[in-house]
Amino acid sequence: MCPHAHVARCPPRGSKASLGTARREAAPAATLRLEGVRKAYGVGTPVETEVLHGIDLDLQRGEFAALIGPSGSGKTTLLNVIGLLDKPSAGRLFITGQEASALPEMEATRLRGRAIGFIFQHHYLLPAFTALENVMMPMLATRGRVDAAMHETAAALLDKVGLTPWRNHKASDISGGQQQRVAIARALAMNPALVLADEPSGNLDTANADAVFDLMRAVNEAGGTTFLIVTHDPRLARRCDRIIELVDGRIVADAPNLRVVRRG
Amino acid sequence: MNPFAYFEWIVAFRFMREGLTQSLLIIFGVALGAGVIIFMSALLAGMQANIVRRTLNYQAPISILPPDQVARPLRAGEAAEIAAQIQPRSQQLRSVDQWQKIRGQVVQLPDVIGVTPIAAGPGFAARGEATKSVTITGIDTESYFDVIALPEKMVAGRLDLGPLDIVIGTELAKDLGVNVGDKLRLATARKSASTFNVIGIFDFGNKGINARSVYIAFRSAQSLLDLAGGASSLEIKVRDPFAAETVAQAIRTGTDLKVDSWIRTNAQFFTAMAAQILANTLIRIFVGLTVALGIASVLVVSVVQKSKEIGILRAMGTARARVLRVFLIQGGVMGLTGALAGSLLAWGFLLLWRGVATNPDGTPLFVVVIEPSLFAIACVGATLVGILAAVVPARRAARLDPAVAIRG
Repeated sequence: MCPHAHVARCPPRGSKASLGTARREAAPAATLRLEGVRKAYGVGTPVETEVLHGIDLDLQRGEFAALIGPSGSGKTTLLNVIGLLDKPSAGRLFITGQEASALPEMEATRLRGRAIGFIFQHHYLLPAFTALENVMMPMLATRGRVDAAMHETAAALLDKVGLTPWRNHKASDISGGQQQRVAIARALAMNPALVLADEPSGNLDTANADAVFDLMRAVNEAGGTTFLIVTHDPRLARRCDRIIELVDGRIVADAPNLRVVRRG
Repeated sequence: MNPFAYFEWIVAFRFMREGLTQSLLIIFGVALGAGVIIFMSALLAGMQANIVRRTLNYQAPISILPPDQVARPLRAGEAAEIAAQIQPRSQQLRSVDQWQKIRGQVVQLPDVIGVTPIAAGPGFAARGEATKSVTITGIDTESYFDVIALPEKMVAGRLDLGPLDIVIGTELAKDLGVNVGDKLRLATARKSASTFNVIGIFDFGNKGINARSVYIAFRSAQSLLDLAGGASSLEIKVRDPFAAETVAQAIRTGTDLKVDSWIRTNAQFFTAMAAQILANTLIRIFVGLTVALGIASVLVVSVVQKSKEIGILRAMGTARARVLRVFLIQGGVMGLTGALAGSLLAWGFLLLWRGVATNPDGTPLFVVVIEPSLFAIACVGATLVGILAAVVPARRAARLDPAVAIRG
């Protein structure tokens, strides 16, 4: 069952998010749009370093894209800028059609809470809280007060990631794979339009990495949530619909993954 | 309203529970600080009240006396003085001019609750061969007891003074070997001795007063001290003893009367008390600062330890103000919990003190009143100190850049 059944944006279970040009034309606004985004550190100092050199990127609703590139290519910086954790030095950024590059801090925090979910390499769950409470946390942080609906949504999400029996276990008392699944459920708690995953399986063994990847894929296919996944693992990248390659702060390749498209 | 349904309270308590040892240590520290402040304040207040009560037992807060007699230099026109040296004039016992009229005016003042005339002067009490110098105080029994609680101090006999009755202190009774029903002679430098019946013995708890004060009827004293119809002073009781000087000042204004308040006559005691209050205030400030620094340091460490978690909370859309409140709540809760524990601690110590600090006869050295308001003030104060101490770490937490915090 879709935990966000009350939200209109959520398509019926089983509907497949298709990739590609046809969808892009139909979509009224891209989930994510970057126009000439630059990011430099130490601006105005002798050690000014530009990390991102004018990134243009569109992600449509329901896309499942991999962001690959060597270490130091600017992947995490790009993810931070997209996730509104960092401001671009130049260029424009749109999240679900809303310009977000120049938003004041409070507005950016609100938009981030509402529209973006994060999955990190390390799960970063709050160890003092149970699995269920961790999933409730984004809703609690945004709304400020516990309510019954919050509880139900979190329980449904944990059910979806197969962790109902562990819902009342402390985050520190469950395995690494389970922790990452809780983190995925948490990222989906606010029913975000975009999920940003930074090496989500980087800390897991192959079996768990596959399980986590399959789970994200299932969420993407069931709910139409857009995923942008940073990965070093070419095996996992090949399972995404689209592969974007970043080298030295520039997108050097951005193409649909034909194998997947063909299969889809 | 259940605070534990709110994000800030939930996270604050979980964070504190997570660092339980740290939290308990600092709460214990706050408890010690608050306990010391409460215990010291109660003790000091008790001690002061005790000294004030003992002083005002036998001394009226305000006395109106006749103006000092001054020597007037002879002048040879144009303000030139003839005498090179002017000796101060000796002060003879005199009456307050128009004391009845003054009494009528003073009794109207809002803060005054009692006015009584006395005729007091030096004399000798003798029995057989034994002679003791005393201060003879002639009192108007109707109004005197409104000012000085003499009836409460009686240990033997009665107080309804007739023209030839006298009430003396325990020490004088011992020195002269008299008891209720005995006779003794009173003499002054001017008048020959009269014989009085000892009808009562008092104990002010002050050896000097008990040895030197004797009370006789007002008219008898007027006659004995050669103050026909006069009063050597008017004794005034005011509602708030600490406002005595203000009332004295009001009486002094516009008259040439000499008005002494007990605050002036006991200046040394008040200086000592002021020094004590200052020392207590300084100790409170330093203990408060130590508590504040303790809470602040624990929270600073907590912010560092939890920076990743704070970063994640911020990344998932937690507003800065919420993060700020999480840490302010922790500071306030630590302060309040510590103060509550400190109140218990201080209460226990005060009870212990009551049991230990006693006179040889088992009566308390002085009464320490355990005021609930003192505990309430300490709890509110400690909570505020906790919140203030948390401001710096809370701001630090709220300003954490989530991207940096998560990267660690």
